[in-house]
Amino acid sequence: MTDVVMPQMGESIVEGTLTRWLKKAGDAVVRDEPLFEISTDKVDTEIPAPISGILAEILVTEGNTVAVNSIVARIAAEGAAPAAAPAAAAPAPVAAAPVAAAPVAAAPAVTASVEYAGPLSPLVRKIARENNVDLTKITGTGAGGRITKDDVEGYLKGAAPVAAAPVAAAPIAAAKPAAPVSASPVSAPAVSSPAPTAKTRVEPMSNMRIKIAEHMVMSKRVSAHVTTVHRVDMTKVAKARAKNKDEFAARHGMSLTFLPFVARAAAEALRHFPLVNASIDGNNVIFHNEVNIGIAVALDGGLIVPVIRNADEKNVVGLQRSIVDLAARARARQLKPDEIQGGTFSITNFGSFGSVFATPVINQPQVAILGVGTVEKVAAVVDDGIAIRSQCYLALTFDHRLIDGALGDQFTGKVKSILENWSEEVL
Amino acid sequence: MLRSIAIRDLGCLGYAEALQAQHEIEAELKQGRGQDHLLFVEHPHVVTIGRNGQEDNILTSVAFLEQQGVEVHETDRGGDVTYHGPGQVVGYPVMDLRTWKRDVGAYVRGIEQVLIDTLEEFGIPSRRIQGLTGVWTGEGDDAAKIAAIGVHLSRWVSTHGWALNVATDLKYFGYIVPCGLNRPVTSMERLGVRAGMDEVKAALSRHFLRVFEFTEILND
Repeated sequence: MTDVVMPQMGESIVEGTLTRWLKKAGDAVVRDEPLFEISTDKVDTEIPAPISGILAEILVTEGNTVAVNSIVARIAAEGAAPAAAPAAAAPAPVAAAPVAAAPVAAAPAVTASVEYAGPLSPLVRKIARENNVDLTKITGTGAGGRITKDDVEGYLKGAAPVAAAPVAAAPIAAAKPAAPVSASPVSAPAVSSPAPTAKTRVEPMSNMRIKIAEHMVMSKRVSAHVTTVHRVDMTKVAKARAKNKDEFAARHGMSLTFLPFVARAAAEALRHFPLVNASIDGNNVIFHNEVNIGIAVALDGGLIVPVIRNADEKNVVGLQRSIVDLAARARARQLKPDEIQGGTFSITNFGSFGSVFATPVINQPQVAILGVGTVEKVAAVVDDGIAIRSQCYLALTFDHRLIDGALGDQFTGKVKSILENWSEEVL
Repeated sequence: MLRSIAIRDLGCLGYAEALQAQHEIEAELKQGRGQDHLLFVEHPHVVTIGRNGQEDNILTSVAFLEQQGVEVHETDRGGDVTYHGPGQVVGYPVMDLRTWKRDVGAYVRGIEQVLIDTLEEFGIPSRRIQGLTGVWTGEGDDAAKIAAIGVHLSRWVSTHGWALNVATDLKYFGYIVPCGLNRPVTSMERLGVRAGMDEVKAALSRHFLRVFEFTEILND
């Protein structure tokens, strides 16, 4: 047996990462033929076999970093092949894994791109995931039977929906209840969707879409969502807005909307009801000393929730300025990482798209989100007479694990009361 | 000792074709009858993923990139994900390191030195950052990568090399996390230096010769 060691690659190099085996345990190798690859300091190096023989043992698996001169494998001289055979069988997890995994992976075939156990390059994995390809159905033509980009693309071109369809139909539905709850939200819907046909078009989700999908499903799983809706008379706010909006635009270079009024009222109410400005951590309640309000901003193909820090310290002008600034930079994808973190409560303004009210999903790890419906003039009964009033619906979705219905309504009632009795000067 | 190198400017060339050119020279060097080369090339838009690449470092889908006219290529160099495109001077030294130093670290530090000395000629101060191979400008929060390095060695023969942003359209880096690092990238143009591609290549060649101790240039 000859030891194969991590070679010395230079004075300053003390270790390297074994990135790839080009041979499997049990393979015959020829002296000077590339055996494995290592990575050091942005340099990838192919390391040749020191002698000819059978690669008897692989001691370091792909991805591990080892010191220079460590033994990474053993090669048995050709004559010694029979003796090496049992040795090759025992430590062969590298070679055995993909083979053993295949029948197992065949059952949950639809999501198998994630479960394929053989070595894969990042690009192949990405393409497979984006196209929801079952890699166990592809025969690799790369080194050691590895699946290459061309293999996957070839498979996609001649895509075998016919072969995939029967597998996807009955057995999967039967197996589904057994699947762990934590199944990826992305793969979950794929189970029930029909195999691609000429009447459909398959398009990979963007990274943002995938993240949103994961976050939404996670939130629905984590929190006990309840939504309460209050009707709010916005007449005083509408008057304050109408009175100030021209001068506001002239002075601050932006238009005055209803949203900063709602944010102002919510910040005030959060100060009164700290449980709504909290999070849950195991069996503890985390009360946040700062009121940091996230504002949902719609983007092309997604959304993001930048955060107004210390929103309770800002007046309507300050809130409007933060909202305009964050929304503009969100759309230009110029937000800094800390501007989308640390929110303690969120507001979503679906009213700007005409919605009267909706039931928003909580932005984890927060415990409540306020949805603002469109403000419109309605005929309302005031002092037994009919009057024209500006009105909107506020919908609060809260996490019933922490917030009971009474508190949810007290909080929303507080927001309503501040808005209905608006007295603060805007400018 | 006399050491010679051939310097060839391949102009605008696809990633696969440039790789092929390197492999031909590499094969001859491995057979002991080759000539060390420094190849210059400017690639059409391409995102390449090194062996250590993380797919998550491509921020959009492969299909989207291809729609944008950006090819996606897997490659055998060290390093993570990077972008090449017009306005970038890519240098591929294909050389037998046994005739210089059998030292991976010294080779990479040498390439960094070539880039740093070249940038200095154009009035751009730049430096190394320990543990982050490549060449960087600016300090603290303003630190930005101006040149990336990724190398492949086989029996001490090098392929791949560096990519220096001269007038690169930096928006393309927005599609990836360059080298897996969440740090900004910059270019000579972004730093206010308008340099011709040929001028930059000439300076790079000069410093390459000096740092790697070549004594003559062969023109073929």
